[in-house]
Amino acid sequence: MTTEVVITGLGATTPLGGDVTSTWDALRSGKSGVVALTEDWVDRYGLPVRIAAKLAVDPSDSLPRVQARRWDRCEQVAVIAAREAWQHAGAPEVEPERLAVVIGTGIGGAITLLGQDDMLESAGMRKVSPLTIPMLMPNWPAAHVGLDLGARGGVHAPVAACASGAEALAIAWRMLRAGEVDVVVAGGAEACITPITLAGFAQMRAMSTRNNEPERASRPFDMARDGFVLGEGAGVMVMERANFAAARGATQHARLAGVGTSSDGHHITAPEPEGIGAARAISAALRTAGLAKTDVGHVNAHATATPVGDVAEAAAIRTAIGDHPVVTAPKGALGHLLGAAGAVEGLACVLSLRDGVVPPTLNLEDADPGVQLDVATGSAREVKLTAAVNDSFGFGGHNVALAFTSA
Amino acid sequence: MTNEEILKGIADIVNEVAGVETSEITPEKSFVDELDIDSLSMVEIAVQVEDRFGVKVPDEVLANLKTVGDAVDYVAKTTTTTT
Repeated sequence: MTTEVVITGLGATTPLGGDVTSTWDALRSGKSGVVALTEDWVDRYGLPVRIAAKLAVDPSDSLPRVQARRWDRCEQVAVIAAREAWQHAGAPEVEPERLAVVIGTGIGGAITLLGQDDMLESAGMRKVSPLTIPMLMPNWPAAHVGLDLGARGGVHAPVAACASGAEALAIAWRMLRAGEVDVVVAGGAEACITPITLAGFAQMRAMSTRNNEPERASRPFDMARDGFVLGEGAGVMVMERANFAAARGATQHARLAGVGTSSDGHHITAPEPEGIGAARAISAALRTAGLAKTDVGHVNAHATATPVGDVAEAAAIRTAIGDHPVVTAPKGALGHLLGAAGAVEGLACVLSLRDGVVPPTLNLEDADPGVQLDVATGSAREVKLTAAVNDSFGFGGHNVALAFTSA
Repeated sequence: MTNEEILKGIADIVNEVAGVETSEITPEKSFVDELDIDSLSMVEIAVQVEDRFGVKVPDEVLANLKTVGDAVDYVAKTTTTTT
């Protein structure tokens, strides 16, 4: 008998809210998390991008002073989201050796690296923090969550650019299906709104420069889309083997029924334009979940609002599933949380299944004719759902699809 | 500078770096075993002690500062001999 994987706890801190409830309420009601940047470095470096989706609640507000000082912002958001998810799951009693952590990030501790480099330059070697390395390495969001929970069944940190968070959930699923552990705390974390990341992404021509209208800047699937808006945050789920969760009487919010991963083998940053690799990932997710195309009522799209990526994904969805699901593109509201995106959006997918509600896609006013999908716009759409798919893709040709079903 | 002043200064630094209550930071306490301060935090504390008291705390000295009192004595001795 195959081991089913259930989701028993959710945690998040995002540009829309400091926890899951506030994030989900804002997402359903069509609020935007994108704001104008007021930092002095925006002018100092003459950055072409002057907007971002900053956290609604500063993570250092909810952490003890010493932890806030010793943890990079990326690690702070990971721990905050993981603690919420763990409590939401009822703080499962599990042997530490049967508990694992998988938290991905795209960039890691960029803020620390920059800050400590400034320190080295301005004050010298002795002033560099002895915590510099653990604060900048991309495994540390996972490692801190593992330390926080006392997990001894393995701590993993997948790095797959903007698919990192989704890949974390996929790896957790595989570990649970293989029976390696009973519980996995999995998700993604990112916090790198810095001059160098904005400058670097801007030089790739990947970012929106609609600086005078922050809330209208992130426009997935819209004809006037001009790139993504950088965001920060974390999303974490508690995932369990179904019989373990049932034995302890845990509330099950949804199942992660199948996952699919593939790689484009095409270009360093551009997606394969027909969405062939993405379609293979989605098809694999349906196959492992034992789902037919017609079972899928909803797709939570990756759609970052770049000109090429959105239509390639739309093609992939039509190929692998069809044009019948109700689609939403949450980055219109959240911005692009990079390595946290797949986890936060996977979490939204779980809540859509649970509540029968698909949030609206913000700023979709004039759909690109290449999309040809039923995209929810305007206000939240009530839909009875039994299965939903979450897409995540990353620079480097990483494709991850997650197939969730009702609990 | 009196030993009391040095102790207060070190207590402020340890509180800042490691979050230990200043009232807990008394001369007989061991940094590692009693105040639960890890080796990385000790490096930060040493740098701040250097700045505040204008002394040098080489690694071989730091390794032998087991208690708060050891640190107070080292600062007292070093500031006396250098002024």
